[in-house]
Amino acid sequence: MTKQIHLAAHFPGVNNTTVWADPESRSQIDFASFKHLAATAERGTFDFFFLAEGLRLREVKGRIHDLDVVGRPESLTVLSALAAVTTHLGLAATVNSTFNEPYELAKRIATLDHLSGGRAAWNVVTSWDAFTGENFRRGGYLDKADRYVRAQESLRIVRKLWDSWTDDDLLLDQEAGVFAREGTGAFADEGAHFGIHGRFGLPPSPQGRPVVIQAGDSDQGRDFAASGADVIFSRHGSFAAGQTFYKDVKDRLAKHGRTEESLKIMPAVTVVVADTDAEAVEKARHIREQQVSGPTAIVLAELIWGRDLSAYDPDGPLPTEDPVIGSNVTQGRAGFNDPAAIIKEWREAAEANGWSLRQTVINQQNRQTFIGSPETVATEMNRHVQENAADGFVLVPHLTPGGLDDFVDRVVPLLRERGVFRSEYAGTTLRSHLGLTP
Amino acid sequence: MSRLITAIEIDGAGGHPGAWRGPDVDPGAILTGSLALRAVQRAEAAGIDIATFADTLEAPADEAGAVSVRLDALGLAARIAPATSRIGLLPTITVTHTEPFHVQASVATLDYVSSGRGGWVADVSTSAEAAAVIGRREPAPAADLWREARYVVDVSRRLWDSWDDDAIIRDAPTGRFVDRDRLHYVNFESPTFNIKGPSIVPRPPQGHPVVAVRVNTPEALEAAADAELVLLSATAGVEEQLAVLRAAGSPLVLVSVAVLLDEDLKAAERRAAGGSFDYVGGVEGLAELVREFQAAGVDGVHFRPASLELDVPVIAEKLLPLLQVTAADRPGTTLRNRLGLTRPANRYAEGAAR
Repeated sequence: MTKQIHLAAHFPGVNNTTVWADPESRSQIDFASFKHLAATAERGTFDFFFLAEGLRLREVKGRIHDLDVVGRPESLTVLSALAAVTTHLGLAATVNSTFNEPYELAKRIATLDHLSGGRAAWNVVTSWDAFTGENFRRGGYLDKADRYVRAQESLRIVRKLWDSWTDDDLLLDQEAGVFAREGTGAFADEGAHFGIHGRFGLPPSPQGRPVVIQAGDSDQGRDFAASGADVIFSRHGSFAAGQTFYKDVKDRLAKHGRTEESLKIMPAVTVVVADTDAEAVEKARHIREQQVSGPTAIVLAELIWGRDLSAYDPDGPLPTEDPVIGSNVTQGRAGFNDPAAIIKEWREAAEANGWSLRQTVINQQNRQTFIGSPETVATEMNRHVQENAADGFVLVPHLTPGGLDDFVDRVVPLLRERGVFRSEYAGTTLRSHLGLTP
Repeated sequence: MSRLITAIEIDGAGGHPGAWRGPDVDPGAILTGSLALRAVQRAEAAGIDIATFADTLEAPADEAGAVSVRLDALGLAARIAPATSRIGLLPTITVTHTEPFHVQASVATLDYVSSGRGGWVADVSTSAEAAAVIGRREPAPAADLWREARYVVDVSRRLWDSWDDDAIIRDAPTGRFVDRDRLHYVNFESPTFNIKGPSIVPRPPQGHPVVAVRVNTPEALEAAADAELVLLSATAGVEEQLAVLRAAGSPLVLVSVAVLLDEDLKAAERRAAGGSFDYVGGVEGLAELVREFQAAGVDGVHFRPASLELDVPVIAEKLLPLLQVTAADRPGTTLRNRLGLTRPANRYAEGAAR
């Protein structure tokens, strides 16, 4: 059976994928930018709009990193505002489970769900580091090993609160004066991380309960997603890695009593579209050069080497030192699991092609996922979905806020022609777009 | 006499517990936010300056006959922001069991999505119910909690200042998006929490979104000294409390009145049964009461209508014209402008030359 593709629009992030120096680049914080991208996504009948989160500005060598976009809004507040200017688009908020409490998360996300008529999603992320903790009451209170335990417990309790009302509990009987069934919403929970009780003050929304997204990639993270997520936001955009990840995760579902359709796998991808394949390749190269300036190449290399490389010339050869494992030269973003292997690969590629450090970073690290004419991109995306490398994609544009205009105008019509992507929304809730049952 | 400031409270279907049962009220619209939206739009069209949004951390009490649900006030205010253009939006946000860093980032974001009309009513959670739904702290005396709330207000303003207004430089030649010398660690320490900073959100459009405090206890009265806008309970000693606030330097004080309006006094009293109000009756009488408050020196009035559907249109269309409030005579685009508050200088920014 032909699978239907699911699409999401990622608001450009605070990393070097986002090109801010381009003349087309606009504010990363003004509401107009969020409105523009959401309107584009809704015009393209996307499943949802996705917002990442930041809880501490990133640092390199003890100083705030100044080369990438810095500063973003608080997710749930922006998405609640976007609910006013969209009608069908899902609204996905990344919110940390380490530095938020389940009751508050449940209340705020359920509020967004009601205000949007059943279009909310929660992307559950965790952190454990003392660096982020310095902005919060408890500091870095959590062990790395405990973060999924807390996240899992947090998600379980949030769901319990969302499920604390049945669909029949909201009576709204004006004659008899009964707003809701008495005693509804009562909850109590005791666990390793939480001991709470009380009453939850919101009934189910039109989609039952908000969609849950998860992005973890470790074995623990994958199990967490298989046990309870509706969507996985994965980083395996390439075809082969996508297929491997897809099978691995879908195979885990059975032991949780779940069907393969109940979990959608949507890797983050970047797309470059131009009139012809050759022009697209040229455009993609230009974008990568914009994404990796000389200073950015040094910082990205420092992230892998785990040491200060500021003495190196980005236009010269690769550093000769070995990496430092477990360094904290950069703070506030994900590190690499096996830097030595990446460095080996980089050295071989640099030698074979005569690349400088910057050229190596440009070619090895920032390659866009889909590059080509609208026809090529549509074909390739569809192949990924039909051959189970993905169920859909989270598109990460490099420009704020117009970075998906081309995709929506030129690729989406082709996907629709092929009957693999909706021409209009069949339902009004995010669950309905994703083909998920409550 | 200076221009009267007016504000309106949004709480479920209105301040009367049975407001949701009224004729022509769709109780389901409490949950979609459309009941609140319509009331705020009516208020805005009539020239009202501010909408406040009631909230508590815990769910409303599960009482027979009353509304037992409540949307998060911050989310509701943000939903209303793009659908309005002039009215200030002040959700109630509690600070006792929440994270100050999130609170300030959310209020700054509300200021962005409303193009400079954001603020908040800072409140504490003294109840055992609020403590139990979070489970991290025991209930504490109001005096302690208000003392902490003042630290939260202080650190919020510091975090709003942690970005200079011109921190984003987009300097292509050097490859720098921000000038990190214009971003500041606040290194805030208080008895109950510490925050490093800077904020994740750039300095909001108003510099500092407006901070309000609702005063209905002596502890809150003391803490209100830090607020730019005070909502003073009408039930006891307005003049005495006003004197305390003026001595402490409070710039703007509104008296908060729960009102139910009907020219037919018998009908008004029937509707009022089961509720608690400062004023029940026709608009002339309320206008007179407002003038008395004004003569006593308050800057304005915060109306808490019994029913959003029934009383807001009366306030908008009948009462405000009597008070010579019109939509036309309000200056400025931001809430601070509208209220005559200056945009605060950034405490961390060096020099004005940049």
